[in-house]
Amino acid sequence: MSTLTEKLRPVRAAAPRPPKLPTVHTRKSAGDWVILVVAILIGFFIAVPFLMILINSFKSPADYNSSGPLTLPTNLYFDGIVNFWTRVNFPEKLWNSILISTVVAVAAVGISMFNAFAIGIGRVRGRTWIVVLVLLANMVPQEALLYPLYYMFKQVGLYDNVWAVIIIFTVIQSAFGTYLLASVYGTFPKELLEAASLDGASRWQILWRVVYPISRPTLSVLLIFFFIWTWNEFLIPLTFLVSNANQTVPVAISVLQGDRLMDVTTTSASALLGLLPTLIFFLIFQRTLTRGITAGAVK
Amino acid sequence: MATPAPFAGTKTASRKAPAGAAPITSLIPGATGRGFWIYLLPGLLLLTIIVLIPLGWNLYLTFTSYRGIRPPVWNNFENWTKLFGDDVFWTSFGNSVAMIVAMVIVPTLLGLVLAAMLFDLVGKKFGSRIASFLRATYYLPQILPVVIAAIVIGWILRPENGALNQVLGAVGLESLQHNWLGSPDTALASIMVIMVWVQLGYPIVIFMAALQRVDPELYEAAELDGANWFQRFQAITVGIIRPEIFVVTLTCTIAALKVFGPIYALTRGGPGTSTIVPSYYSYSEFFQNQQVGYGATIATALTVVVAIVAIVFITFQTRLERRDEER
Repeated sequence: MSTLTEKLRPVRAAAPRPPKLPTVHTRKSAGDWVILVVAILIGFFIAVPFLMILINSFKSPADYNSSGPLTLPTNLYFDGIVNFWTRVNFPEKLWNSILISTVVAVAAVGISMFNAFAIGIGRVRGRTWIVVLVLLANMVPQEALLYPLYYMFKQVGLYDNVWAVIIIFTVIQSAFGTYLLASVYGTFPKELLEAASLDGASRWQILWRVVYPISRPTLSVLLIFFFIWTWNEFLIPLTFLVSNANQTVPVAISVLQGDRLMDVTTTSASALLGLLPTLIFFLIFQRTLTRGITAGAVK
Repeated sequence: MATPAPFAGTKTASRKAPAGAAPITSLIPGATGRGFWIYLLPGLLLLTIIVLIPLGWNLYLTFTSYRGIRPPVWNNFENWTKLFGDDVFWTSFGNSVAMIVAMVIVPTLLGLVLAAMLFDLVGKKFGSRIASFLRATYYLPQILPVVIAAIVIGWILRPENGALNQVLGAVGLESLQHNWLGSPDTALASIMVIMVWVQLGYPIVIFMAALQRVDPELYEAAELDGANWFQRFQAITVGIIRPEIFVVTLTCTIAALKVFGPIYALTRGGPGTSTIVPSYYSYSEFFQNQQVGYGATIATALTVVVAIVAIVFITFQTRLERRDEER
């Protein structure tokens, strides 16, 4: 059986050549302009729902009822946002979501790195099957885990505790991370490892002083993915965090959905407040993300 | 046309020891594979508790009748026999095919074209700023929690005073107004359009990152040879970013087979069973009908299908890559 890293080599190190940034503005033909307009139009259509959230969050219910969802607000109305903020105790939900997503992202990147170090660089025996086994966490439909995990966490007193959700998602997210990093580490420059080993570095030192710093760009991409994915998770937080004080932002929003007292503009405000944190997070880390999941393994 | 070119990029990464030579040990000289086991320990321990034990538990439940309160009663293959004759189950898998079209095939193809368009044309002729702005816009639906997406889509597709019907009315197409998610003939198609919207940003971001690997000189050479944009795209771009195409199609296929959130939030599988998917069917058996044994059976069957798809994918990919290396 050939090596795992050959099997799972989809993500390969970027070519050593630094990308030439095309800053030179060449002549633009009519066709180029047409393509630009098409690209912008597509972007507009993708963004329409977001624009709708934005305009309806600042509309009064009366305004909405008279003119529908598509018009601009006649005057700015903040009650929807204030209403939602106080009704769900938004700072509390925000904190829960930030805590869960941050701890999961960091822990899952750590676990992925350890796994991948053993699989991609250590090339332990049976690594192909280990990866398949780990990937199971990604393949199992989540509802299949609910019953058993419910009993298990109830036994150890972690039911309705954010740490239950943190542990579950650390495992689920690190499956993807292990798959990806193991293949990146499989193509790790051997010369560096040899040099470190000649200098008498132990495995642990090699991991922290050589492998970790060099693969940092890939690790930060994983970190961002894990944070956003965990933030948006719904089913497991809904079932495991039953008390109001433990809910995450998406769960709090969906619970309010069934509420008859919710008017449309408060709903819209909830959507706006619900998507802002990930949007801000994404905008801050955009550049890291687009360096790509493949970047940075080999320089 | 420059046909061998696409694989130029593959060569750099394949300077590994030839397969089948000496048994490969770790990449660190002198360190045996055995000493690395300790690094796998925390991960495998957690995996066992959170995934493997529940999975075994589920497998056991598939052979029982269990309603969640009294202890499970062994009933042999009753659940499995029922499953194979269950029309709803087969309908749900039929809908999975629709989900694969909407979440894998369309976004990957469209994503390839759009990524190349942004990178090659928009980025090079109008500056990389506007290209990254558009990329961020395309990615927006990916960061939207599905419950929030469902709220907005509710406004747009709602039969009375929904935005889409209003727009249709305003331009004189009243005849096309429709209860988009509420009637069986359009519910699945509407979900498919929504899923394309949700998924599109993922391949675009990954492909654009991958495109940075493409050597501009290859393009210039191909251009001199008289290849048009589409030919260059096909021969060079697709060839070089093929690893990413595999990652995207595999991860999206798994996501499409398992899709749950959007169905739960938008239609709950309805009207009737027109938008039911295996994951939601299993959920409703688990928690609405309290048929835990049968719910576990559906979930286990789904896991098996996903695992088979993943293994076939990875094997196929390995074969393709090995063939390239032998060239």
